[in-house]
Amino acid sequence: MTQTMQDEGYVTADGRKIGGVMMEMKNITLRFGGVKAITDISFDIRQGEIRAIIGPNGAGKSSMLNVISGFYVPQEGEVFFHGKKRPPMKPFEVARQGIARTFQNIALFEGMTVLDNVMTGRLNYMHTNILQQAIWRGKAEQEENENREAVEKIIDFLEIQSIRKTPVARLPYGLKKRVELARALAAEPKLLLLDEPMAGMNVEEKEDMSRFILDVNDEFGTTIALIEHDMGVVMDLSDRVVVMDYGKKIGDGTPDEVRNNQAVIDAYLGVSHD
Amino acid sequence: MAQSSQAAGGTMSIPALLLRNASEFGDKPAYREKQFGIWQSWSWKQTEAEVRNLALGLINMGVNEGDFIAIIGNNRPQLYWSMVAAQSVGAIPVPLYQDAAAEEMAYVLDHCGARYVIAEDQEQVDKVLEVQDRLHQFEHMIYLDPRGMRKYDHTRLHDYAHVQEQGHAARDELTPELQARRAKLNYETVCVMLYTSGTTGKPKGVVLSNRNIIETAKSSAEFDNLGPGEEVLAYLPMAWVGDFIFSLGQAYWTGFCVNCPESPETTPSDLREIGPTYYFAPPRVFETQLTNVMIRMEDAGKLKKWLFDTFMAQAKRVGPDILDGKPVGLLDRLKYKLGDIFIYGPLKNTLGMSNVRVGYTAGEAIGPEIFQFYRSIGINLKQLYGQTEASVFITVQPDGEVRADTVGVPAPGVELKISDTGEVYYRSPGVFEYYYKNAESTADTKDAEGWVATGDAGFIEPDTGHLRIIDRAKDVGKMADGSLFAPKYVENKLKFFPNILEAVVFGNGRDKCMAFINIDMSAVGNWAERNNIAYSSYQELAGHTKVYAAIQAHVEEVNRSIAEDEMLSGCQVHRFLILHKELDADDGEMTRTRKVRRRIIEEKFADLIEALYAGKTEQYTETEVTYEDGRKGKISATLEIRDAAIAPIRTQKVAAE
Repeated sequence: MTQTMQDEGYVTADGRKIGGVMMEMKNITLRFGGVKAITDISFDIRQGEIRAIIGPNGAGKSSMLNVISGFYVPQEGEVFFHGKKRPPMKPFEVARQGIARTFQNIALFEGMTVLDNVMTGRLNYMHTNILQQAIWRGKAEQEENENREAVEKIIDFLEIQSIRKTPVARLPYGLKKRVELARALAAEPKLLLLDEPMAGMNVEEKEDMSRFILDVNDEFGTTIALIEHDMGVVMDLSDRVVVMDYGKKIGDGTPDEVRNNQAVIDAYLGVSHD
Repeated sequence: MAQSSQAAGGTMSIPALLLRNASEFGDKPAYREKQFGIWQSWSWKQTEAEVRNLALGLINMGVNEGDFIAIIGNNRPQLYWSMVAAQSVGAIPVPLYQDAAAEEMAYVLDHCGARYVIAEDQEQVDKVLEVQDRLHQFEHMIYLDPRGMRKYDHTRLHDYAHVQEQGHAARDELTPELQARRAKLNYETVCVMLYTSGTTGKPKGVVLSNRNIIETAKSSAEFDNLGPGEEVLAYLPMAWVGDFIFSLGQAYWTGFCVNCPESPETTPSDLREIGPTYYFAPPRVFETQLTNVMIRMEDAGKLKKWLFDTFMAQAKRVGPDILDGKPVGLLDRLKYKLGDIFIYGPLKNTLGMSNVRVGYTAGEAIGPEIFQFYRSIGINLKQLYGQTEASVFITVQPDGEVRADTVGVPAPGVELKISDTGEVYYRSPGVFEYYYKNAESTADTKDAEGWVATGDAGFIEPDTGHLRIIDRAKDVGKMADGSLFAPKYVENKLKFFPNILEAVVFGNGRDKCMAFINIDMSAVGNWAERNNIAYSSYQELAGHTKVYAAIQAHVEEVNRSIAEDEMLSGCQVHRFLILHKELDADDGEMTRTRKVRRRIIEEKFADLIEALYAGKTEQYTETEVTYEDGRKGKISATLEIRDAAIAPIRTQKVAAE
């Protein structure tokens, strides 16, 4: 992968243009009581890229994602979003900034249909109050129609038309993961955080999910940060990879660079793949 | 439609029919498709504009008269328009099976020498690109859905909408050319080329003229009183001749509306929403539906199950007679009415068949029990017998003369004869022109007088005039003792059991019949779940002792039923095994229309057949499988072989013979 790392971005091997820095982590340290989950980590996420965070169990990946999403506030270090330092925020404020996420352990409303679940992702685009919605005239109706249209496009995009009206509880695991992605996409995020999107999936489901992640990035230009265990998937999907071990950053670069990094090999990969 | 056929030249081609419909039906819906959860519709007028713009776009791209344009994808209005647009510019549309692997597509694309391909989406585009080096005549590809292809090299790729826009922009210069080309179309012009699924050997390109399609559409529409008010759901492969006749031929002749599902997976619910009045499906679809109903009833509560069983028994007794208008007692009618309120009505609604006025099953023989089930709940399901070479129709069942064991009387305009060897021959206006680039096969199939060999063995019942098909002429054989061997007959009986998806019976020239069984994963899986039987794979479930026991019971029941038929009683299944993999078109074991390829299975599983006849109780085997993406792998298994009890043959032989 040839790249010229400049401030205005770089071009990937397959010809995609990656923009400037969208989010920057500077010397992040996160502690839970006496336990240091993250120690002095810095890296950036660029506009339009697929950025992976990998590492063995307990390396602090999920904590890192939670720092990015604003759920955890690090004791030391700063998070810059679009060049501005981000103050501590409530989750809904983060969502309004254009950040959406999926969870490692699926967090959907099990009793609701797929359609309703995805509709909840549109919350930030609904401005009518509960009374207006109860009467459902004029603005409320129009708003719902617009949101429904946006949701239907995502349903079409992720090919889940046939389960539109199915309660989530009845779906198999792989499809639930897809519904979660749909809900995150419904928020039309600029930055999409995926916490182990392939965990527990079979090969076919993984292939489908990989294709959707690439398509989301390609079609909507969404910047994606993901945590993943499956090495093959990470190396195929991502433009740049951050490697963590025991809360520290031990590698950062393109998949090829990471693969050949001795510290990474020792800590995680064990042997160089192919 | 009598008055319109008088307008000479106005109905001699599909594009001409389109123009007629646009002026005659104008704003009446011609196509519907569900998009983003909402049914969108296009009137005949809009359809005409869409087709015209695409046709202009094709001329603009350099499509010549006589070019072949391959069309690949699921049923979408745009793809139907593509076929008509191709015809409008004098090109020949060649719809391909959308689930075919790249390899299979390569053969067909190369054989017809398609210069242009119109593909639905990335999946199809990828397949063509994969084999493009071998396609010397291939030049340009048009796609409908741009998703995922932004980064593709667009020197040979074109967006469908863009082609239409360009055509529209150049309309002033190109319209005279389009009109000139359209004016040249007549009954002799090639309407479409369809590839046979090829139960034996390579697929053959069947060339059908406008005469074939329009004459057939006309007489079959009259036969069933089809009018512009019909609604059909187009969900069967576009490459299948049936879909071409129903969704294009008859739709353009009568002006009815063709509905396209949102996606293949949503077909059942789309079917329910549309409620077609005219419906067609291969037996497989009816089988699957019935299996699903039965599975769900197994899971239902006691009261519901009792209601279902009671009223279905009543339906079985009097339902078909009521449908045929035969005399039925008042009490029985009353009970049936009650059943209609509680069971049949809701059931038909769930199946999406509440409005079906005429339903057809074709393509293969349907199990009599399955057939009667649908008729008993009041669905006018009929059988028709046909093939690609006949533009579908050879025989059809008229209303009131519907039986499970015959395929009906000759369709209007069709002549039938049975050869000395028992093979069925026909002659009709629908008889194909020729096989493309295959004069030899054409001569083998069609004689100088226009009689076509069907390849099926059958006979005409003397008193009713109905045709009865026994089996493929090639498959019908003799057992070692000289008695008749008709494998399909036995297989169909086996396949009626929801647990059995597919069966292949062997025995030609041997002393006993043996069978391979494929379990139906959804039915058996559901049964296993309810009985707490753990399994981790298809293979493990297929080899489970309890599954074997259940299948054995089915085989023995079939043997008892075969024993009652004197002519075929020698076909009882003596031994059987359950295959460790599903027979699949990707592995060449079935055709794309899901017909068993006997020869290939015989070769591929020769070791298993040998073990069956050698009396072994188990056999180790290795099988090559092809994954959906074309990669190959191997699976191995040790299969159990079981004996099935043979029922005593009822000897009621009459001395005279």
